[in-house]
Amino acid sequence: MAAAGLTRATSAARPLMRLVTMSGVPVLQQLHLEERLLRTTGDNWCIINDGTAPPTIVMGVSGRVSELVEIQPVLRDQVPIVRRFSGGGTVIVDQGTVFVTFICNKAAVTGLQPFPRDIMTWSGQLYGKVFDGFGEFHLRENGRLKQHHVSTLSISIFKYLWFMSTSIMLTAMYYSARKHTDFLCRMKEYMPSRSFFTDGVIAALGEQFSVEPTDIETVLSDDDDDEFVPSTKMLSEQDLEGIASSKESLIRV
Amino acid sequence: MAMATSSRLFWASRAAAYLRISTFPRAFSTVLKDLKYADTHEWVKVEGDSATVGITDHAQDHLGDVVFVELPEVGSSVSQGNNFGAVESVKATSDVNSPVSGEVVEVNEKLSEEPGLVNASPYDKGWIIKVKLSDSGELNSLMDDEKYSKFCEEEDNH
Repeated sequence: MAAAGLTRATSAARPLMRLVTMSGVPVLQQLHLEERLLRTTGDNWCIINDGTAPPTIVMGVSGRVSELVEIQPVLRDQVPIVRRFSGGGTVIVDQGTVFVTFICNKAAVTGLQPFPRDIMTWSGQLYGKVFDGFGEFHLRENGRLKQHHVSTLSISIFKYLWFMSTSIMLTAMYYSARKHTDFLCRMKEYMPSRSFFTDGVIAALGEQFSVEPTDIETVLSDDDDDEFVPSTKMLSEQDLEGIASSKESLIRV
Repeated sequence: MAMATSSRLFWASRAAAYLRISTFPRAFSTVLKDLKYADTHEWVKVEGDSATVGITDHAQDHLGDVVFVELPEVGSSVSQGNNFGAVESVKATSDVNSPVSGEVVEVNEKLSEEPGLVNASPYDKGWIIKVKLSDSGELNSLMDDEKYSKFCEEEDNH
């Protein structure tokens, strides 16, 4: 199988990639925007959200809350939990997280099949360019970066579109029982600034796409699809209390 | 060596014909005759006005080990080309799109406990939904086994 490479395209041949950059947007709002763009447009999008507030636990579409989250501390501290529309693991995100999401149609990358292997190869090459010269950062098949673990990855395939969201953690906080401190590192120890990272992503994209910055307000005002209802949702206190008091094998919220 | 190879190929093709499996010059994923296929890698088996739907061997191979299958409600409607559920693997989540329109009359409940059936038996025990067809004419827009095989080959070689 020929792997799709991140080759420099001629300016005439570059497909359009619409770029939305945000800062500090709540992750629920970010995910609602991404889901809307994915479901209602056929365009290529890159969405960057530099930091988010409040700190939020984000779960994949099939994650079981009782297995992945310590519910009592979450209820006590009133930490929001969001179940997103795409797959992937569970992470807590905050101001120290930079999100980079790609939504691409089948024609976006020549030769790229909308399957995980191709998507991972393409994204690995893209991030390789971004991290070049800053140590051993390479995207691995399971979404973790080789040697230093700084990210979580979510890949989803929707008919002729594929969606890849990476949350790069500049710092790390976990409510899970798992201990990550033995392999997790802080991105800020390796890169001079956050904007250096986000600018690097945009520059790497520009080698392959015609990148068109798009204002978020324009995106929302252009949207005529009032019928679209996102499936990404925040779990309510009642949802969590129900999970805590019942066997979750009978309840999936 | 050449004669042994050609003999093996002869018996392999005979076995494939008996099992209603298409053969290829290269080792591609399995494609069954008598099924119809969508370009989003779902298959449909039609029996009268009833259809069984799943994802193909090509799809499960590319997705990886399936860990979760999101199933629709019995009684819900599906329409050709639109998603009705999702398959999540260790690598990615993928929408599953219906190759036909109609009403969901049964879902494969076993997939809740054994999602790996989609990998192990994509055309048999890994079926996902059964549909009462509303428009059998839609089947004409789907690919037969030969066209689907060629489609997969072109995708893999692109």
